[in-house]
Amino acid sequence: MGWGGAGEGLRLTFVLVLAFDTATPAVTAALHDGDYVVAESTTVDARRHGELLAPAIEQVLRDSGVRLRDVTAIVAGTGPGPYTGLRVGLMTATALATTIGAPAFGVCTLDAIAYATGQTGQTGEIDGPFLVATDARRKEVFWARYGDAVTRLDGPRVDRPDDLPPDLPVVGAGARMYAETIGADRVAGPEHPSAGALAALAAGRLAGLTVEEAAELAEMPDGRIDSVEKARELGVLGPPRPIYLRRPDAQIPGAPKRVTA
Amino acid sequence: MSRTDEPIVLGIETSCDETGVGIVRGHTLLANTIASSMDEHARFGGVVPEVASRAHLEAMAPTVEGALAAAGLRLSDVDAVAVTAGPGLAGALLVGVAAAKAYAMGLGVPLYGVNHLAAHVAVDQLEHGPLPKPAIALLVSGGHSSLLLVPDVAQDVVSLGSTVDDAAGEAFDKVARVLGLPFPGGPYIDRAAREGSGTAVAFPRGKYDDGTLDFSFSGLKTAVARWVEAREAAGEPVSVADVAASFQEAVVDVLTRKALQACARYDVKDLLIGGGVAANSRLRVLAQERCDAAGVRLRVPRPGLCTDNGAMVAALGANLVAAGVDPSSLDIPADSSLPITTVHV
Repeated sequence: MGWGGAGEGLRLTFVLVLAFDTATPAVTAALHDGDYVVAESTTVDARRHGELLAPAIEQVLRDSGVRLRDVTAIVAGTGPGPYTGLRVGLMTATALATTIGAPAFGVCTLDAIAYATGQTGQTGEIDGPFLVATDARRKEVFWARYGDAVTRLDGPRVDRPDDLPPDLPVVGAGARMYAETIGADRVAGPEHPSAGALAALAAGRLAGLTVEEAAELAEMPDGRIDSVEKARELGVLGPPRPIYLRRPDAQIPGAPKRVTA
Repeated sequence: MSRTDEPIVLGIETSCDETGVGIVRGHTLLANTIASSMDEHARFGGVVPEVASRAHLEAMAPTVEGALAAAGLRLSDVDAVAVTAGPGLAGALLVGVAAAKAYAMGLGVPLYGVNHLAAHVAVDQLEHGPLPKPAIALLVSGGHSSLLLVPDVAQDVVSLGSTVDDAAGEAFDKVARVLGLPFPGGPYIDRAAREGSGTAVAFPRGKYDDGTLDFSFSGLKTAVARWVEAREAAGEPVSVADVAASFQEAVVDVLTRKALQACARYDVKDLLIGGGVAANSRLRVLAQERCDAAGVRLRVPRPGLCTDNGAMVAALGANLVAAGVDPSSLDIPADSSLPITTVHV
C-alpha cells in the first residue's frame, strides 16, 4: 500500500480499490485506481449472487490488467439489502482481504446509490435533497434521506413505502417498485448501485485517511458499538459488517402441540 | 502417515448451525475448529436458518484463523480449498461457499465444492485410514437419515435408502420436547435413557419389515407423544428415563437392522456410521453387537468427527485432489438439495 508524508498523520497516497455490492438484485464489481473506474461489471439477477460475484471479480481484474495481490483495499456494500445476497459480498470481502493482506471496508449500499446521483455527466443527476429506497421485500423498502449525493441525513431504515417522507425525489429500485404509492413523478436517479460509484466513493475517502484511521476501520472489531461510532466520525467507511435492520424471524415455541384430541 | 508432499486442504462446512473449518495434509488431521451457534437456537427449539447464516458470517474468518493457528500453518500454505456445496440450509451454505471461493481465488488454489453426506463418510479416513471399497454407510443426523453404498467416496456413492419423513436426529429433538428435555435432544435422551429400560414401552418401529432400506420416524415420534399424553391424562406418572430409553431403542433397532440388511443384500463386510446421531451411546453398542454377530467390521469415527465439521470436508477434498478430479469453477451454486449421487460439483 502506498503511504505519503512522515510520522504522525501519515496518509494514504496510492489506492487500488476493488469494490463490489450484492445488497440488491444487482451483482456489481469494479476496480478504481484512485482517479478513475478502470473496470466494472454489473449483472442484475436477484437469485444468483453466490454464483455471479466471484466470476465478476475475476472479470474486472482481467479487464483492468490488475493482479489481485496489488489491490490496496477491498470495499463491499454493507446493505441494507436482502440478507442472503448481502452476506455473499461481505463474506467475499473479508476472506479475499485476508488472502492478500489488504484491509476490507464496508460502505452503506444506499450511500453508493446516492453518490451516483452526484456524478456529473451520469444520467439521473439530482440537485438538492432526495431519498434512496431499495427493495426490502415484505412490501417494505430500505431507505435513507440525503442532503446531497454525499450527505446522509437520516437512515438507513426499513418502512412501508407509504411511510416514506413526502415530496422528495426517490432514487433506487424501491422508488420504481412503489411508483404508484409514492407518485411516479418522484422516481429519479439510478435503479441499482454500481460498484464503480461505490469504489469512487471509497477511494475518495481512503485517500483522506491517516494510516491509523484506515487500520482502525478495517479491523473486524470485537466492540461493534465503538467501531460504528468511529465510522460515523470518519464518514462513510466502516467495517465490512452487514446492516440488517430486522431481527431474524423466529418465535420461541410454546408447549408442544398435543397429538391426541 | 503424514507425508510432506501431500497437499494441505482447507475444508469449510456451513450447512447447518456449525461453522466448521478443518485442515488436513493428505488424510492426516491437522486442525478441526468449530464455532457453533447452537446456544442461539436452543431457545427456539430448533435451528433458525437466518440465525445460523448470520452466525456463519461472523464466525468464518476467526474460525479459519483458529484452525490455521491450531495447525501451525499460514493461509499461504494451503494447497486447495474444499467446501460443502450441499445439501443443507441454503442461506447457511452460501456463506461457506462464498468464503471458500474467495479463499481459493485469493490464494490462487483449486476449489472443490463437495457433498455434505459424502464428507461424513470420508471423515472416517482421518481416524481409521483408507476406506474399504465398497463400504456401506449409515448417516444419521438432525437433517439426514441415509443408507449409502460407497464403492469410492471420491467418485461413486449410491443411495440405498433414506427417511421418508423425519430424520432420526429430528425425532430425538421432538421427543425431547415432549419429555421436557432441552434442545438439541440427542445427548439429553441418551443420558436420560441410561437410567431407564429400553423395553419398558413397546414403541412402533416404522418400516421395520417393509423390505426397503428406507426409514420412517414420524409415527414413532407421534406414538411417544400419545403415550405420554395418555399417562398424563390418567394422572399417572411418566418415567422420562423409561420413555427415553424405549424411544431410543426403537430408533437404533431400526437403524442397525436396516444397516445390516444393506450389508447382507450387497454382500459388503464393512459398515461405517456417521452424522451427529452416531454419537449416541446405545447406537454404538447395538451396532457393534449386530456387526459382530454378522461378521461385519464396524467403523464409527469419534464423536467430534461425527457431528458436522470442517475436517470431513477437507478429508473429502483430499480424496478429490488425490483422484485428480477437476476442481470446481468459481460460479458453483450452493445447492440445498444436492443429491448424494453428486459427490462433487
